[in-house]
Amino acid sequence: MIISERDVEQLAFLSRLDLTAEDKIAYTKSLNAILDYLDMLNRLDTDTVEPAAHVLPLKNILREDKLQPSLDKEQALANAPEEEEGAFKVPRIV
Amino acid sequence: MQLHTLSVHQLSELMERKELSSEELTRAYLDQISQVEDEIRAFVTVTEDIALAQARAVDGKRARGQELSPLAGIPVAVSDNICTEGVKTTCASAMLDNFIPPYDAAVAVRLKRADAVLMGKCNMDEFGMGASTETSAFFCTKNPFDPAAVPGGASGGAAVAVAAGEAAFTLGSDTGGDIRQPAAFCGVIGLKPTYGFVSRTGLISCASSLDQIGPFTRDMTDLALILNTICGHDAADSTSVSENVPDFKKSLVNDIKGLRIGLPKEFFGTGTDPRVAAKVQEAVCKLEELGAICEEVAMPHTEYALPAHYIISSAEASSNLARYDGVRYGLRVEAEDVLSMFRKTRSQGFGAEVKRRIMLGTHALSTGNYNDYYVKALKVRTLVKQDFARAFEKFDCLLTPASLATAFKTGEKAGDSLAMYQSSACTTPVNLVGVPALSLPFGLVDGLPVGLQVIARHFEEGTLLRVGYTLEQNTDQTRPKPGLFL
Repeated sequence: MIISERDVEQLAFLSRLDLTAEDKIAYTKSLNAILDYLDMLNRLDTDTVEPAAHVLPLKNILREDKLQPSLDKEQALANAPEEEEGAFKVPRIV
Repeated sequence: MQLHTLSVHQLSELMERKELSSEELTRAYLDQISQVEDEIRAFVTVTEDIALAQARAVDGKRARGQELSPLAGIPVAVSDNICTEGVKTTCASAMLDNFIPPYDAAVAVRLKRADAVLMGKCNMDEFGMGASTETSAFFCTKNPFDPAAVPGGASGGAAVAVAAGEAAFTLGSDTGGDIRQPAAFCGVIGLKPTYGFVSRTGLISCASSLDQIGPFTRDMTDLALILNTICGHDAADSTSVSENVPDFKKSLVNDIKGLRIGLPKEFFGTGTDPRVAAKVQEAVCKLEELGAICEEVAMPHTEYALPAHYIISSAEASSNLARYDGVRYGLRVEAEDVLSMFRKTRSQGFGAEVKRRIMLGTHALSTGNYNDYYVKALKVRTLVKQDFARAFEKFDCLLTPASLATAFKTGEKAGDSLAMYQSSACTTPVNLVGVPALSLPFGLVDGLPVGLQVIARHFEEGTLLRVGYTLEQNTDQTRPKPGLFL
């Protein structure tokens, strides 16, 4: 086993997910099966290989710092579960 | 007349000759939807009112003698991860069940400008995570060739809509084969364009370095017309390329004499259904008969592409899906404090496979694992890119099966993330490299369609069109028809 139930609990916490006791058992099993499979990559020696994050040469796209048309406040808030005075409202943070 | 089996260019000609109005055509497709949809379930949302209003507007433009695009008045549908202003866009997830985008995706804008008629939004695997459309939070979509089989995925609904005559063409998205594999399973044409050739603005992200929007069509001419409409630079997508878009119709050439086609032997090994391999071999013979030069080529890192893709796509998805927090849009499950609200919302909003990929991606990106998984996968990506670069020094394109086997049965792999992922072994390497690839039907095995995959260099979609068009003109195998719904 590469990861334990406790590791899965920590991953769920980092992922902002709640897992039931049964979920924890099931995910520990399926994630370990996947990680076992992924282990085959260690058969490849990649010490001298450069990583490739992208497929084509990319460059930063910059524009002048000028106001451009964008969504108006009403549209931006249209899907908000809760809003107040033109802002997204969330439960108590502190 | 069987309007719902004709291709886009045939329908367009009928409308141009005033033998058919867009409203008549739209009503015929809406009738087909109402006849088959209860059983086949390709659509999350059918936009009947919008479709009829758009169709009447096109008829008005035509009556006034306005010049129209070849897609004007043509019934189209798009996967439900492509944002459509004012029309619910769910990604087949409970998380976005109530999400109405305030803007159109760049491709939706282009379709509107071309006066295509939006029939609705197609079912898919939740957030694109799956290969069978079974992870949809709403319902499963059926394969029109066998209702007990899956349509493939993630863009399964979009493939089925074209196969079952519910739309003349559709758009889906492809992260690891999510257009090409369902196209193969449902007997239609599917294409993943070069990464960056089609804007991703308004495509709800799954894995941003791999995702690409592309079409499903009934023939190769339609594919050229749609590429002409959807390819091109978009300043709002920072990975969009400013490459010149050629007129793809000029690539519809019935001639492949002297074309060098590589057959990567790793794609024909164990794990390939021998009956599928035999069909691909038959296609190779046909291509040789038509003048192509087909030779085996070694691509030694092929087996490592799938695990690398699994890591990269999960890592990127775990980061992309962090945005679903119950604050700005989508589901919110109320709780006392904000952290509990995040956790309850995400636990109820996401399905099992999405949660698994988020946790896998989080694992791959976490301190202590980052180099072993994520960076390792990016290095393997380099090796896979080098395999392709070497093959393309010698060959104009590569031919493989689009899927190791024909459509599997519903439930056969459901819930088994690994087995499901492995069913995309033929298509995932292509996304790591960003090259374009075509999935073209080539006959049937036991009543189920077989798909060929043709892969070309970056921005050489023209080569794919040439190979596909030549096969289409010289065999009767590229347009299998499902007996059930047509």
